[in-house]
Amino acid sequence: MKLWARTWPGAPALALILAAALALVLAAGASSTLAAEQGPGMDAHGQLQNPVLQTRFERITKELRCLVCQNESIADSNVDLAADLRRQVREMLVAGKTDEAIFKYMTDRYGEFVRFAPPLTAKTALIWGAPFIVLLLGSFIIVRVVRQRSRMPIEE
Amino acid sequence: MWKFLLPFAAFVALVVLFAVGLNPNRDIHALPSPLIGKPAPEFALKDVLDPARTVSNASYRGQVYVLNVWATWCVPCRQEQEALLAISRRHVVPIIGLNYRDDHDKAKLWLEQLGNPYTAVAFDGDGRTAIDWGVYGAPETYLVDTHGRVIFKFISPMTEEVWEKEFLPRITAARSGA
Repeated sequence: MKLWARTWPGAPALALILAAALALVLAAGASSTLAAEQGPGMDAHGQLQNPVLQTRFERITKELRCLVCQNESIADSNVDLAADLRRQVREMLVAGKTDEAIFKYMTDRYGEFVRFAPPLTAKTALIWGAPFIVLLLGSFIIVRVVRQRSRMPIEE
Repeated sequence: MWKFLLPFAAFVALVVLFAVGLNPNRDIHALPSPLIGKPAPEFALKDVLDPARTVSNASYRGQVYVLNVWATWCVPCRQEQEALLAISRRHVVPIIGLNYRDDHDKAKLWLEQLGNPYTAVAFDGDGRTAIDWGVYGAPETYLVDTHGRVIFKFISPMTEEVWEKEFLPRITAARSGA
């Protein structure tokens, strides 16, 4: 391997391409094992037959937290509970439920924590507002520091 | 003055934050249940011990009862089994078991070998009833009052100490309030 790398300067590039291809194959394999679930209204690849519903399904399940693993979405998690919740989302989509109805179903049972992006309410105002507060605070400090410095005599 | 006070205040704030956040007794996986104060979700499921029978929590209406979520794959459930048996022998309230995402035969064998602390054991093989109750692990134990409302949820293996401290006072209060 080492000899080969020395004799041919293109080897590192080829190795990189091979590694990338391997990563792609592995990723595809991982996602297909996750997606191969069966149920009403689904095709052999574990996808909803209706592509509009499948798109909504993918978006909604990315938005819902897996409560066992907490920092993974139910779309990404292999845990049994995540599979149950995916089945629930799928069934509700096939039954013609709206996105709001599905999110409400989940928060009624698991609380706001089940959503990665909590809705803006009095309770969550601080979470949503904090970045802006920090931004304002930061710019205020920068402005003050810059003004102070500009008043200082330039030392040589 | 401010130059010293501000960093000091920030320091105190951090100490408080860490004292709360890094407290080893705090279970970071324990989530508040949105079900507290709400009507207990109804279920009518097959009985693990006698599939011909149906276990329904509707038949416990008007009583304070406990719902304990367990499974044979759940290691801490084995740990709490003895406490549950001891608690059931006191006959304070009915304890309904919810056998969560389990194998029916294994569940039956478990109860026959380790003892059965439950008044009735409902078989929730596909986990649908568990979703209604907001179950996200096992064991979980719920307390329902005489009005059929969930008043308490405990996430961890049950112990006799927890029963004395967390459940008994709430059961007494629920009964006197009814």
